[in-house]
This record gives sequence, C-alpha cells and structure tokens, in this order.
Amino acid sequence: MSSFAAIIRRDLRLAFRQGGDGAMAVMFFVLAALLFPFGIGPEPEVLARVAAGIIWVTALLAALLALDRMFLTDWEDGTLELIRLSPLPLELAVLAKCFSHWLVTGLPVLAATPLVALMLRLDPAALPMLLLSLAIGTPVLSLFGSAGAALTLGARRGGVLVSLLVLPLEIPVLIFGVGAADAALNPEAGPAQLVILAALFAFALPLCPLAAAAALRQALE
Amino acid sequence: MPPRTMVANRHGTFSATALGAVRGEKKLFSGLDFRLPPGGALVLTGPNGSGKSSLLRLMAGFGRPVAGHLAWDGADVARDPEAHRLRLHYVGHQDGLKPALTVAETLRFWAALGGVRLADPAAALAPLGLAGLAGTPCRFLSSGQRRRLALSRLSVGAAPLWLLDEPAVGLDAAALGALSRLIRHHRGTGGSIVLSTHQGMELDGIETISLADFPWRRADDPAGLDW
Repeated sequence: MSSFAAIIRRDLRLAFRQGGDGAMAVMFFVLAALLFPFGIGPEPEVLARVAAGIIWVTALLAALLALDRMFLTDWEDGTLELIRLSPLPLELAVLAKCFSHWLVTGLPVLAATPLVALMLRLDPAALPMLLLSLAIGTPVLSLFGSAGAALTLGARRGGVLVSLLVLPLEIPVLIFGVGAADAALNPEAGPAQLVILAALFAFALPLCPLAAAAALRQALE
Repeated sequence: MPPRTMVANRHGTFSATALGAVRGEKKLFSGLDFRLPPGGALVLTGPNGSGKSSLLRLMAGFGRPVAGHLAWDGADVARDPEAHRLRLHYVGHQDGLKPALTVAETLRFWAALGGVRLADPAAALAPLGLAGLAGTPCRFLSSGQRRRLALSRLSVGAAPLWLLDEPAVGLDAAALGALSRLIRHHRGTGGSIVLSTHQGMELDGIETISLADFPWRRADDPAGLDW
C-alpha cells in the first residue's frame, strides 16, 4: 500500500507548496455562496429556505474547478507513465488521486460549510445532516470527476468539456444531498435520501476508478 | 504487492516475434524480430519518426502490438503485464519532474511508487553526480540535470530490463560517462538494455535494429519526415 500512500502524500505536498487548487476551491465556495444574499435579497426566511440548496450547488461547482487538472499535469510531465508502470494497479492509483482531490477540495469546503450556513441563515437543526450529506456526497463528486477528467485528457479546452460531461452525472448527488438536509427538518421523514446518497457512493467507489483507469490506459498508448 | 527484490534478479531473455505497430493510420514497422539475452544491449536506429519511441513504449507495455508478440523467457508478456512492469525500468522523453518538489523528494516518490523504501536518496543520486542537489527544488534544475535526475531512477530498485528513450539528450561528457558506467554495471550483473541512440556512450557488444529500411517507408516517404 506504500505506493498508494505515496501518491496521496505527494499530491498533498504539491497542493500545500503551490497553494493553488485547494485554497481556490474553498474561496470560490464561500464567495459564490455569498453572492446569493445579494441576488435574491437578505430576507432570512427566503435564505433559510434555499440555504441547503445553495451550499450544495456551490460545493458541487467548487469541486469542478480543479477537476481538469486531476491527471493533466501528471500526464503532461510524464509522471502518469511512471504511475502506470508502477506495481500499483492503475485503478488504485486513480482511487488515490480521487482521495487527494477530495482532501484538497472537498474537505476544506466541508470545513467552511458551518460558516456559510450561518451567513445563509440555515436552520441550525439542519446543519448536522447537511454536513453528513456533504461528507458522503463530495467524495462521489471527486469519483465521478475522475472518470470525466481521464476521458477528456488531451482534449482541447478539457476544463469546459469535463464540466459538461460530469455535471449531468452529478445531478442525482445534488438532489439527494439537498433532500437529506431538508429531511432533517421534517420529523416524519426517514433517512431514505441519505441512504440513496450512500448507495451512490457505494456505486461510484469501484466503478469510477475502473472507468478512469481504462481511459488513462487509452490516453497513454 | 510483491516487493521489488523478489523479482529483481530474475534475468531472462527478452524477445519479439513478427512484431508490428501502427501510429494513427500509418504502418510503422512489421515483421520485427529480436532476441535480447541477459547482459545484452539492443540499440534502435532510424530517422526521426521511424517508430523508435513507439517500439520502446510497446516494450514497456503501453498499448499492445497490432501484430506479433513480445516475450520474456518465451512467455508472452501480455499474459502477465504486472510481472512485466516489475521487471523493467523505463525512462522516456519526459522527465516527470514537479517544479515544487526537491530532487530528493522526487526520487523518494519514484521509489515509493515502485514499492521501494529509499533510505538514502543521496546514495542513489551520487552515480549521476546529483548528490549535492538533493535539497534543490526541481524548478532550479537545468535541462541536463533534469535528465540526470530522471536517469537516477535506474539506481532505485533493481530491474533486469532497462528501456531508455534517447537517454543521452542534454547530457554532458561527465554524465555520459557516468551513464555508460551504470549501464556497464547493469549488464555486468546480467541485466539487459534497449536504447534508442547511443551517441557519445561507450558500449560494447551491442546489437542494432534499424527501423529505417521498411519498403513502404522508402516508397512514400523517402525523407523520413511527416511520420
């Protein structure tokens, strides 16, 4: 498992040294969410009604920001060839890249969520469930994103293309993520939304690395 | 995952039978045969674009040949790609360096990727004269130093087969000498090597494959351009 950990360690080290993608994702998340009170007005009732949706949509867009670079820099400088030649199966290498993508973009967004929720007047009773749904949902965004990023490797304007490819796939994650947070305010609602979200994660965890690895093998031929 | 040392010293004979490759719609070569015994060296020659890099990439397991097959001790390498990956070192055109990582961190990452724990990066950097640069970020390296760092990978974890794509590009005389010594030592212990160009290097007992003289190549593209 040391090669798996080596990829994550290196990605985190690069993210800290260059400071780019992670800081950008979380700043984008906070600033974009802040635009909504200006756009739809500061009435607390209106904001509280849409807060969970705003947070989920901006978290989703923040995860897309650095997605095209998930494999691009490694592909351009030849590191991807070395990863492909390592004893680590390429599927696991993709999983390591997904995990570091989530650590760099998903986790900071999760950490900033209570602050943004406060600014958007989200009902505090819904916050734990919103955080839980984000904790399950944002890794799914990274996983779907890995397949999109691998498929668009080498395409011109890959950044736009990967968004077009991945956004439709992420709609169910959004629906059930927001649904789970809203259900927290309804005493009669069960955990169905959260369970479906977890099922999406269980579906994406093995399948997305398989698809992404196949696309990477193609790109390296 | 088996540690690299388990398979490291299993030297064998690398061979190809009736190998053929295409790039895009164009035929690069076909009916290519070679046999590389332990300790052997194979040099690929041919004009730019004749398929030297493509052949090396095929040997490394990027993609599959359209015809024929590659074998290690008679067993088709496509049957067990994992074992093949473990027995080779590939140094391609790209150096695989990150500007923000130091020389030692880069080498340590490569070693870990190959399942090798690198206790002392300086020892692996010494053969190619990079020991003094261990703490330098890669963004400050010259192109020759970048190349030497990429080649330092050869000293990390033993592999019986080395595939080097134009290893001499950008190297000065001292580095060329050091690389020749590395290769000599590798071959002396039963390792084999395939490289495209050997300009400036002192190698003996080499065999050559020319990718220049295929009939379709002379017929429609005599200058060897646009390939």
